[in-house]
Amino acid sequence: MAVVETKALRKEFGATAAVDGIDLVTGEGEYLVLLGPSGCGKTTLLRLIAGLEHPSDGDIIIGGQVVTHLPPRARQIAMVFQSYALYPHKTVFANIAFPLAAAGVPREQRPEKVRWAAGLLGIDRLLDRKPRQLSGGERQRVALARALVREPQVFLLDEPLSNLDAKLRSSARDELKEFQQRVGITTIYVTHDQVEAMGLGDRIAVLNEGRIQQIGTPDEVYHQPANTFVATFVGSPPMNLLTRDDRLLGFRPEEFLPASVMGERSGQAIFDFSVTRVENLGSDRYVYGHLPEVDPEAKVIAKLPSTVTTPVTVGDQLPFAVNGGDLRSYDRQTGVRIASGGAAVKP
Amino acid sequence: MAAVRTRTVRGRVAVYLLALAFAVFAGFPFLWAALTMFRQDSDLYVTTHNPFVLAKPATVSHITDLLRNTPYLQFILNNIVIGLATVVITLALSLPAAYALARLAGRWGERVGIGIFVTYLVPPTLLFLPLSRLITTIGLQDSIWSLIVVYPGFTIPLSTWLLMGFFRSIPRDIEEQAQVDGYSRMGAVVRTVFPLALPGIFTVIVFTFTLTMQDFIYALAFISSSSSMTVSVGVPTVLIRGDVFYWQSLMASAIIVAVPVALLYNLFLGRFIRGFTMGAVKG
Amino acid sequence: MTVTEGSAREVTAAPRRARYLLDRERLLGPALVTPAVVYLVLVVAYPLVLAFLYAFSDVTTGSQSLHFVGFQTFIAAVKDPVFLTSLSNTVIFTAASQFLVVVLSTVLAFVLTANFRGRWFVRFLVLMPWTTPVALSSVIWLWMLDSIFSPFDWFAQVLGIVPPGGHIVFLGQSGLAMGSVIALQTWRIMPLATVILMAGLSAIPSEVSDAAEVDGAGFWRRLFGITLPLLSPVMTVALLFGIVFTFTDMAVVYVLTGGGPGNATQVLSSWAFYKGINGGDLGVGAADALFMFPVLLGLAAIMLRLASRAEVG
Repeated sequence: MAVVETKALRKEFGATAAVDGIDLVTGEGEYLVLLGPSGCGKTTLLRLIAGLEHPSDGDIIIGGQVVTHLPPRARQIAMVFQSYALYPHKTVFANIAFPLAAAGVPREQRPEKVRWAAGLLGIDRLLDRKPRQLSGGERQRVALARALVREPQVFLLDEPLSNLDAKLRSSARDELKEFQQRVGITTIYVTHDQVEAMGLGDRIAVLNEGRIQQIGTPDEVYHQPANTFVATFVGSPPMNLLTRDDRLLGFRPEEFLPASVMGERSGQAIFDFSVTRVENLGSDRYVYGHLPEVDPEAKVIAKLPSTVTTPVTVGDQLPFAVNGGDLRSYDRQTGVRIASGGAAVKP
Repeated sequence: MAAVRTRTVRGRVAVYLLALAFAVFAGFPFLWAALTMFRQDSDLYVTTHNPFVLAKPATVSHITDLLRNTPYLQFILNNIVIGLATVVITLALSLPAAYALARLAGRWGERVGIGIFVTYLVPPTLLFLPLSRLITTIGLQDSIWSLIVVYPGFTIPLSTWLLMGFFRSIPRDIEEQAQVDGYSRMGAVVRTVFPLALPGIFTVIVFTFTLTMQDFIYALAFISSSSSMTVSVGVPTVLIRGDVFYWQSLMASAIIVAVPVALLYNLFLGRFIRGFTMGAVKG
Repeated sequence: MTVTEGSAREVTAAPRRARYLLDRERLLGPALVTPAVVYLVLVVAYPLVLAFLYAFSDVTTGSQSLHFVGFQTFIAAVKDPVFLTSLSNTVIFTAASQFLVVVLSTVLAFVLTANFRGRWFVRFLVLMPWTTPVALSSVIWLWMLDSIFSPFDWFAQVLGIVPPGGHIVFLGQSGLAMGSVIALQTWRIMPLATVILMAGLSAIPSEVSDAAEVDGAGFWRRLFGITLPLLSPVMTVALLFGIVFTFTDMAVVYVLTGGGPGNATQVLSSWAFYKGINGGDLGVGAADALFMFPVLLGLAAIMLRLASRAEVG
């Protein structure tokens, strides 16, 4: 259980910087998610922390020890790859025991530790099988058991759920979170799926172009996005952004409801919403349209829960309202959040 | 696969006819040699009757003659020793090189890989003269060691290229996982990559060994004593004495080697092609 | 190793780098490749350089040292009447045999990709000419083409080409001898080309051929319009290999005809062998062999360009 810290970490591949100056500090026992689109540098960052890549600049500190130039085996970390990287020529038992053998743990002590780790993940009965005989979910558990058995300071997980069937993913996600809370080891988790990130993370670091765009709790990242990238990347459907004067106004689709439903409130902004399409998805209705008075080109989405029964049809022009507190301002050039007073908001 | 689909009768007949034709074209010399092997002398040196029928009963006396009264078995033994020694040297040098080129190399790696491949194209018929003088200078002339030293010159490029292909087919993840699990880079490779590359390594062993049997010019140039000769040199030189050719034994000497080697190739052909094409495809 | 908040932070220094040498990738890569490279330099590159030196010197098997003599050795080599014969023979030998190889191996590759009973046996037979060591298969052909006991004499008699008791002297007449050598080489190289082509054929997705069939193309049009063009890069590779192996081969000629009758079937490499080893004149032998080099260089350049194009593609 330790803190992972990076200082001004930078990794260049040729002319491009995959990781462009990242300062990061994890909390003890924290589940930190690195979230971002492909190519944003999150996997590179994870590999740098693991020691599988050498930084061009900056430092990495794990558990108080500067590990920047140490190989992976000296960092007391454990990693689970997207493919799980189980050794195909070894049994499940041998897979899990592998790190123990590498650490020089005497042969007699290994079975006990392996069984402990396997027990924690519920795979005791699989110990004699080979990886090709296991299902996707079972393979993930073997990979986790192997990661656990050395009792590392940090878990590094690289999109371990993307190889699973969609149906399996949410139960696997559940198990993962529960597992991590039980063992309490600091975990850094990479994903491009923001639903996963929101569900798993104690904190989320949103990355793009090699830099941290924002780091905070899921609630902070969702409700107080620090710039337009975070605002549109997190949340589905993405935040509405309108150009007004010299700034961008943002509000989330679920914060945009018919004025009659919202009720009167001071500071509310009311817009005429011209409806072009309505999607009824059962639990929600997505209403697509635009606001001709404010920004006729911007496409706006409103998300009405099924409890809102106001009839909405294509061609309507209805007043929709957003609470003042939900209106966020962003600088038109930089995309950075501006406080209502005018100053930029720090991420 | 763009296979020929023989749905028409005409198509099927054509395929069978062609297959037969090629089989005869390829196999006839061997058939003739096999027939000759068992022929008695009085049957052999008669030209009036159908040569495809044995007029006198078959005999193995020429084969036993070959094995007992000629240095043939010594030739085979020499080939085995030379082959195995060459395999050892080749593997020792090409395994690490192939791994490095498959995993660790960047731009320089591609150039070195091409350089190694190009040496395979330098023909022995160009190098045999300087090499024979060099061999004499270091005192290895007329010894099987001269061949053991020289053969890796062409087995290393081929085996490096094949092994590169096999290594590339092993996912990188596994090596990195082993590093994270606690081994050094080389330790990870030895414990994960090499075991998984074993089928490829066997293939390379078979092909390196059979390649050493193919050489003619080096063995002819470097070795003069029959006790040190290989089969390729010994058979056309020692066994063909003056004008009296012991044809039955000669044919036996060729068939005895040809059939096992062909069997080996057939067993490993699939793997060889896979390694060949993987070496050509960017990993 | 304690971590304290604030500015004062006790941090342990990283261990000495030497301990982690086995992980230094930048060193590891070259270190692993160097032994193989060194070996190849000693056993291939160095003798190659020597071959050039010999050709410009007057060295013989008896001489102690090299004396540079400019182009004298080359001129002596070229002036030899056999030289021109061997040069033209090499070209004829290569061109004729490889042309036949391309045609035959293409047909055979298609035949072997069709499914028929006994395919494995045909494949086994068809591989044998290539897998059998060249000296041994040459000995087999030597017997098969014997001037007195060849089975082809019997065929020829039965067919009436030759009177009863007549013989075809395959290896004693210069035309027939050249034909025999070409035939043997074709027979020998065909399996290699076939295997390469089969690998190429299996890489062509069947959808392409299927689409053509749906479009109405018949067998021959599909073959010549689609399959063969798609196969041509692989054919080029097979052809290049065949040319390299044939152009530089000496075993076939040496064992089958000994270069004869007279010197009618000498090729550059077998002639270089006679001059250099039997004759002891290393300089002339090397010079003779070096005439193969420009062609080889050209072939190597073509192959490299093909290889780099394949990598990029």
